Amino acid sequence: MATTADNFQAHADHAHDDHADHKPGFFARWFMSTNHKDIGTLYLIFAIIAGIIGGAISGIMRMELAEPGIQYLQFWAEFMGGTPDFDTSLHMWNVFITAHGLIMVFFMVMPAMIGGFGNWFVPLMIGAPDMAFPRMNNISFWLTVAGFVSLLFSLFVPGGTGPGAGTGWTVYAPLSTSGSTGPAVDFAIFSLHLAGAGSILGATNFITTIFNMRAPGMTLHKMPLFVWSVLVTAFLLLLALPVLAAAITMLITDRNFGTTFFDASGGGDPILYQHLFWFFGHPEVYIMILPGFGMISQIVATFSRKPVFGYLGMAYAMVAIGVVGFIVWAHHMYTVGLDVNTKMYFTAATMVIAVPTGVKIFSWIATMWGGSIEYKSPMVWAIGMIFLFTVGGVTGVYLANGGVDDVVHDTYFVVAHFHYVLSMGAVFSMFAGFYYWFPKMSGRMHSELLSHIHFWLFFIGVNVIFFPQHFLGLQGMPRRYPDYADAYTYWNEISSFGYHIMAFSMVFFFINLIYAFTAGKKAPDNYWGEGATTLEWSLSSPPPFHQFSELPVIEDHHDYHDHIGDKGNATAH
Amino acid sequence: MKTLGFHRIVASLALAFSLVVGTPAAMAQEATEAAQLESVDPAVAADASSEDVGAGSSAYTPMKPTEGVGMPIPAGLDIQDQYNETGEFAYGLHIGLVWVMAIISAFVLALLLYTMIRFRKKANPVPSRTSHNTLIEVIWTVVPALILLGIAIPSISLIAKQYETPPKDAITIKAIGYQWYWGYAYPDNGDFEIVSNMLDEEEAEARGEPHQLAVDNRMVVPVGVPIRLQVTAADVIHSFAVPSLWFKLDAVPGRLNEKLFQVDKPGVYYGQCSELCGARHGYMPIAVEALPMDQYNAWVLAQGGTVAGEEEVGMEADPSAAPLQEPESSEPGAPGAGAAPTEA
Repeated sequence: MATTADNFQAHADHAHDDHADHKPGFFARWFMSTNHKDIGTLYLIFAIIAGIIGGAISGIMRMELAEPGIQYLQFWAEFMGGTPDFDTSLHMWNVFITAHGLIMVFFMVMPAMIGGFGNWFVPLMIGAPDMAFPRMNNISFWLTVAGFVSLLFSLFVPGGTGPGAGTGWTVYAPLSTSGSTGPAVDFAIFSLHLAGAGSILGATNFITTIFNMRAPGMTLHKMPLFVWSVLVTAFLLLLALPVLAAAITMLITDRNFGTTFFDASGGGDPILYQHLFWFFGHPEVYIMILPGFGMISQIVATFSRKPVFGYLGMAYAMVAIGVVGFIVWAHHMYTVGLDVNTKMYFTAATMVIAVPTGVKIFSWIATMWGGSIEYKSPMVWAIGMIFLFTVGGVTGVYLANGGVDDVVHDTYFVVAHFHYVLSMGAVFSMFAGFYYWFPKMSGRMHSELLSHIHFWLFFIGVNVIFFPQHFLGLQGMPRRYPDYADAYTYWNEISSFGYHIMAFSMVFFFINLIYAFTAGKKAPDNYWGEGATTLEWSLSSPPPFHQFSELPVIEDHHDYHDHIGDKGNATAH
Repeated sequence: MKTLGFHRIVASLALAFSLVVGTPAAMAQEATEAAQLESVDPAVAADASSEDVGAGSSAYTPMKPTEGVGMPIPAGLDIQDQYNETGEFAYGLHIGLVWVMAIISAFVLALLLYTMIRFRKKANPVPSRTSHNTLIEVIWTVVPALILLGIAIPSISLIAKQYETPPKDAITIKAIGYQWYWGYAYPDNGDFEIVSNMLDEEEAEARGEPHQLAVDNRMVVPVGVPIRLQVTAADVIHSFAVPSLWFKLDAVPGRLNEKLFQVDKPGVYYGQCSELCGARHGYMPIAVEALPMDQYNAWVLAQGGTVAGEEEVGMEADPSAAPLQEPESSEPGAPGAGAAPTEA
């Protein structure tokens, strides 16, 4: 049954096709944008800026931790407008870890993955002219920016012991309520409200778009896996963020209006906050990695010149990860004093997630198996991601064991684990996606050489930073410490050294951008060749300002998992 | 039980690049281990700088910590050596898990490298069209599930072990987290509370203890007997953690968390606050000193506490009765330094 356009509720006004590339003026285009590609670009620029700030903060942290003792925090206390005394200096440390966490999670990874790549490529990949709610798309972005401004503002107002919010990105009560006077924590919380509202609006937009605006013939089971990943992510956002919003609203009222939701002396419970936070917080980690899974699937298939292996398994593995992700939250709370049955349940449930995750890893390798693999820049990042995410995954299985976790809970082992899945898993997939689609977005080719140098230095750098942190954690070094016993010096030195390599690698990233915009060759429509088969490759690079005014029709035999088919040299499926 | 060397091999094997830096580290660890073997004698208490805390009693001087015991080892790769039964059991599971992690990572890496070389464009110019294979998909779903089941069984029994209820007559000790120090209350010994602050770097060095870990007044516990450790906090959430005893329990204001706590060998065991609690979060370490029962009792008396009768058996009487009972001639002195009735 070939699907036709007559059951598709598209707008019929194709009269202005010739104006498809008519762009509004600068201010209207970039500040009042309703175009999904422009908003995606704004998100990406925003994420890069936030990433530079968040990355610079981690540089301050690694510098301080390079040797025992407090070396630089007094300077930063004074720099940020505090007094350079001991307590304020230590407070600055907590401000840095808090800012680093919040910036990287809410203002770097999420905007880049969902706001950036999601906005850009979900409509293109499903053959839609734009997102379902273009104006809501605009407000999503500007709410995120407002949230970021609020967070930055919090750094310069009093937060108790010194300027800024020093609560950790988890904002645990009662440290965040009675433990932190001054408006800084309020601003930090408000920034989460704003960013969260932006994300909820974005999520509704994606769900509506994906459910209603797929091109004729593009059934759910023919959608590219990146679209699947964004769909699952959007549901996670929609279900998890309101819980965060509730929890932090209760924090605000506890702080300012005399309620005692999280204060035992008024009948509340500090652990209630942790349950609410992690009910959001655990799905949040999948929110950060699932779009990455989607991108890796596209890239591995493209450069292996082979359809994704086990397409349906891949799609439903993401659904399974999303569902199970909602019932494992208390593994972040193994030491709060859970009762024995709860701890056993969360141990068992958490380990279950390893199964669909394993399916994804093996399916990626199976996609490469039998392929004709070209090691272009997106592919090397994707392969790097697959291996490093595996390492982060197995340490996750280790940590899932409630009894074992007791000894490494809140140590650098946990820091190493989540940086392997995020700083390597999510960030590697973002760079993979960036190099994959940058010429499509900009119309200019980047340098393959520079991106390979970037990859190798970054790969070595992050491993030197984070691998030794496993050893620190096993030896018992707690996280969120600005100073440590002499025994921890050796691995901390190496870890800080690794930061230099990583930071140096970023030079090549930015040079590459400059190169592309100044000397880069013009990108053809499909610069990756026959392996790239999704709809965005049928458009020009960059795509027209408004695309698909004639909706593409996905032929029935053009099955996604069979999508290289028609052209040629391969045998029938 | 000493699978230590074993594990070190795994740790360095699994992780390609750590091989380079790992070798000197492992050697350093070997050396400290050798050193520690000679100094297990708890009587090393001897000449600590004796800035004694108690009320004028000569019975207690802070024990000198043994290098590499109850504290991190320079460039250490593995979990700290364990000094109670739960810890040893958990350590066994830990080693098993490290093997599983290493093997899975190595397997995925090998598969990836083979695929990358075998199916590179030059070697395989025409890609296959295979995109399904039900059998292999079932295998890679079921096999990981079975591996996880194999992990879950010992893991669940470890949790059960950790949640064993302390016996009725176990001594109760209460650790209370404050911003930014620990208080230790002894409700079964006359309900006195000691305050434990971190020593600064010079003082710690003067006493021959690691800085950032050393404290002025330690939490003294009797060795080899189960202790009912209650953990709570007065202001914000803290966490009472001692890595070498496989123990970590959050101190939550308004909650009384309780867990079985036992040390099987006399010695000093360091830990650190493990839940972000404000500016000096990194400056409220924990030091547990485990002493034979008679020395523990002497210490209790020196703090102005009370000791129940029959400490011969190494057990306290009914805890509720304890505060009522006066010292009643329980030979408070008994500086039996050389006794060392260790087990295990």
